[in-house]
Amino acid sequence: MRKVIDVNGLGKKYRLGQQDRKHETFAASLWHGLTAPIRNFKRIRNLSSLERESDSVFWALKDVSFNVEQGQVLGIIGHNGAGKSTLLKILSQITEPSEGEVILKGRVASLLEVGTGFHPELSGRDNVYMNGTILGMTKKEIDRKFDEIVDFSGVEKHIDTPVKFYSSGMKVRLGFAVAAHLEPEILIVDEVLAVGDLGFQRKCLSKMGEVAEDGRTILFVSHNIAAVQALCTHGLMLHNGQVVYQGLVSETTRHYLAEFESETGDFLSGIIPRQGLGKVRITSFEVENVNGESLVSTNSGADIFFAFQLTKDGNDAMDEVDIGFSIHSTEDDGLLTILYSSYMGRVFNLTDPITTIQCEIKSLPLPEGKYLVKAQVMQRGDVLDFPTKGVGYLEVIDGDFYGTGMKSTRLTRSKPDFLITGNWKQL
Amino acid sequence: MLVQETIIKKKSGWIAVDWRELFRYKDLLWFLTVRSIKAKYAQSILGVSWAVIQPLFSTLVYTIVFGNLARIDSNGVPYFLFSLVALVPWTFFSNTLNESANSLITNANLVTKVYFPRLVLPLSSVFSKGIDFLIGFMLLVVVLIINKQSPDYNLIWLPWLLVVLLMTSLGTGMLLSALAVQYRDVKYALTFLVQLLMYAAPVVYPTTNVPEVYRMWYALNPMVGVIEGFRSIFLQTMPFPYTWVIFGSTVSVILFFSGLFFFRKMERIFSDVA
Repeated sequence: MRKVIDVNGLGKKYRLGQQDRKHETFAASLWHGLTAPIRNFKRIRNLSSLERESDSVFWALKDVSFNVEQGQVLGIIGHNGAGKSTLLKILSQITEPSEGEVILKGRVASLLEVGTGFHPELSGRDNVYMNGTILGMTKKEIDRKFDEIVDFSGVEKHIDTPVKFYSSGMKVRLGFAVAAHLEPEILIVDEVLAVGDLGFQRKCLSKMGEVAEDGRTILFVSHNIAAVQALCTHGLMLHNGQVVYQGLVSETTRHYLAEFESETGDFLSGIIPRQGLGKVRITSFEVENVNGESLVSTNSGADIFFAFQLTKDGNDAMDEVDIGFSIHSTEDDGLLTILYSSYMGRVFNLTDPITTIQCEIKSLPLPEGKYLVKAQVMQRGDVLDFPTKGVGYLEVIDGDFYGTGMKSTRLTRSKPDFLITGNWKQL
Repeated sequence: MLVQETIIKKKSGWIAVDWRELFRYKDLLWFLTVRSIKAKYAQSILGVSWAVIQPLFSTLVYTIVFGNLARIDSNGVPYFLFSLVALVPWTFFSNTLNESANSLITNANLVTKVYFPRLVLPLSSVFSKGIDFLIGFMLLVVVLIINKQSPDYNLIWLPWLLVVLLMTSLGTGMLLSALAVQYRDVKYALTFLVQLLMYAAPVVYPTTNVPEVYRMWYALNPMVGVIEGFRSIFLQTMPFPYTWVIFGSTVSVILFFSGLFFFRKMERIFSDVA
């Protein structure tokens, strides 16, 4: 097989933001204010100059090397911050690497977003041409495929209506229809499949599957392990900016799941710091979906279950057992929320040695991120068990929280702490 | 079959322009231009007529303020014609400067999501403003015909003046757009800078009002040669100002190439700081 992508010792460094110092006196802050432009200038200039090594330089990718052969569909997986997006941005020439090189053989198209360049004031037709040329098609190519694209998107009737009157679903479908008709030899796809309704997602997956059968090479980045397994032939796992595993897709996803489980399993196995009387202990914590399947990660807006396994000492039944959990940000360890069963008017009666208590959380209001879950068991004001390091991580991926296909992380620049929905009305 | 090979690695120093690649993206340039024109006049009652209204009303206001109230010398031609001839190229310059300097920031969503030659963005600003310029120019021709003014043989220099105008606007635009990505100050400074620049060019007054000793320095502003050249061609206010045009041309060539190379040098970091 022919090597079409050859990545050699790739590295990318970024500068982290530095915090301004705080000042004690008025004079100091006045001086600070007056000299601010000079400091700002140095800081902004440094955004692009990474020559001096210092604490504020962060390697998003380091020593990444791998090959992809023609016709392979490579799934790139890894946790948030593993370097997946950075790798994609380098491969699609949006940003340049700090070291190393990549050799790509063939026409490349990258799809990091659906409907890039769409202008709300322009008609669907104009936007197909706009989006198509941005993705590297020529006008002739689009002319030839135009009917097919419109047909695929299912918005024929509205093709001459300005896109601002489209529903978000229609916009996504049109954007995807354009992308699905690209004919590059190498296609680079970010998690764009995570949008749109389920039926359309499946249609796109199969369309892209056809593309792969034509001998085209695809790089696919996703959090969605099921999609990666269904679509990819090979897998590449990144962790902290480095390649930790490369192989067949089944092996790679197994590796990924194993690694992730070991990370969560650590919380409650072995000897861990605990507080409380110890008559009841939390021995396992799982995040589950509606079907009771244990989840590696979940989506914003999903209905999920927290399942706590409690193991009781002795044979006496215990009544009025109150269990609660709290969710913390992993970035600054800030407390986001607490919920005890008693808040909802429930306490439990434990009779069996092992009992599982479940809490259903509807429409998870957390944005994308990794959260720490802590839990505590109480009885009439006494702490029975409190594993002080927490019980597990909750990995949340951007999802359809609003039920409109909008992704919370794509809507704002800064990340909110939690999400709410509301009914908007004009009075 | 010929296989296209792309090598991605860290580039350093000055980077030449890949004209062949730029040519491959000509359709994108076209649609970006169409997009900005269509988007600008969408949901507007007067539509493209704004391209006529803008220079026409500025000219009216300047004629009243500077021509009638301040009684500024207009080299013996009606002040209205005097300022309209200057405003047509000036409007192109200031609009192009404004739009191309901001082109990278307004299109940050493209720059951070897709690869394409970034030069397409300031270029498309020039093209879309070029349409406005053509409309403004036709207005000028109509007004000149009505006033029975005809160009003299120096008309042969008009294409060159347009090239100088284009290089000046585009060169400054590229320089500023590359700066504006990193330093947002450019965006804020630009609005009043363009206003100030208008008084540093002979738009509302003739160059002959500038003391003779300073005129050579003054002509280093490429717009001096362009505007006075326009006036000489269409209104015969003076013999064709060769010296000023040569001065301005030199500066505009320098501006254009330094803008181009600075843009190429900075291009590598656009998506990291945008």
